Amino acid sequence: MKAPAFKYYRASSLEDAVTVLADQSVFKKLLAGGQSLCPMMNFRLVRPDLVVDISRLRELHGVEQTNKTVRIGAGVTHAMIEDGIVEGKTGLYLREVAGGIAYRAVRNRGTVGGSLAHADPSADWPSALTAMGARLEVRGPNGSRTVDINKFLEGPFQTSLNDDEVLFAIELPRLTQSARWAYVKACQKPGEFAKAIAVMLVDEKLDLHKTVLGARQSSPACLDEIWDGKEESKIDAFLGSSKSYERTTHFAALRKAIAEVQI
Amino acid sequence: MTQVNIGLRVNGKKVNETIESRQSLADFLRETLLLTGTHLGCEHGVCGACTVWINGAPSRSCITLAASCDDAEVISIEGFKDDPQMEKLRSAFISEHALQCGYCTPGMLITAYDIVHRLPDADDNRLRLELAGNLCRCTGYKGIVCALRRVLGPPSENG
Repeated sequence: MKAPAFKYYRASSLEDAVTVLADQSVFKKLLAGGQSLCPMMNFRLVRPDLVVDISRLRELHGVEQTNKTVRIGAGVTHAMIEDGIVEGKTGLYLREVAGGIAYRAVRNRGTVGGSLAHADPSADWPSALTAMGARLEVRGPNGSRTVDINKFLEGPFQTSLNDDEVLFAIELPRLTQSARWAYVKACQKPGEFAKAIAVMLVDEKLDLHKTVLGARQSSPACLDEIWDGKEESKIDAFLGSSKSYERTTHFAALRKAIAEVQI
Repeated sequence: MTQVNIGLRVNGKKVNETIESRQSLADFLRETLLLTGTHLGCEHGVCGACTVWINGAPSRSCITLAASCDDAEVISIEGFKDDPQMEKLRSAFISEHALQCGYCTPGMLITAYDIVHRLPDADDNRLRLELAGNLCRCTGYKGIVCALRRVLGPPSENG
């Protein structure tokens, strides 16, 4: 189908975008890569009055690295990450995740910030960055605020981003050389939305131990340990104990992740 | 105002138009510029038939707004007419029977063009993975992989 009619505004700067968002009288959507928004508009699942294009704001495209952190602009594309815009061990982890998102033609436009703000539980970045304990910088009319990813992702397609705010950057810890991980997706076909996601990420030097379960009917669930596959009750808290298809698929992904992370 | 002015280059030619802001790049190419080589399948980014070249990389034209292509450099399948690498791919597609109905072929060729430039050492498994974003319901992909193999040469040891 075709998208319904809307007004289009290309923001000239982040400040300009925030100013436009301040008008609460119309329903607005921010357009970054548009790789989720455009299909949803084509399906008429979302019908904004105004689309504010922020895809070309240079302020959103930078990557800064310090000794301890990596800061990724919200407008950085999946393909830029796949091609190694982030250095070191963190970069390797992000490359693995980015390379598995949809298809190259989609990765060339889709952005990491857009994916988080869209908050599809089956998308990759919500789970992958929950495992890293990402902190998200948000800009609005009152300046800047930082929010932990687990407070940002409130549920399926729901975030704590206010209508007049823009996700600006994602701050991640720099993984050390000792970091290990397993990122497992259950898909029937490469590139499709995952039926289940299991992430295990360990970095002893940073005291980082995470098991994340994604592609649930809610935001990613996070355990501050590497689940050893024994106490199922720990996982039942997230999936329920009934023998559903969803539970079986997630357990299969988890067991594959355990095997991979221990190699 | 649901209309917007755009100025961009399409297949090397400067184009200025006033368009509906909801118009996809695919519809802009097909209906405004009458470049009907770009095909539309699913219109939600899954089938790959509408894949075109935007600013040096393949993108889905069905889920890219024409409005956001202001200043962009767009090449549709017609614009690859005189490209030597695309000529190699086209003749390999013919020799290896990499199409039957041809509906997916424009998008498939543009994806193939990206693969030969970006992943010259890809083995057959990688080729199939990269082609997963372009649906072909005729060939079973065998001919398409053979065509890419013909252009890339045998897989390298490190591929």
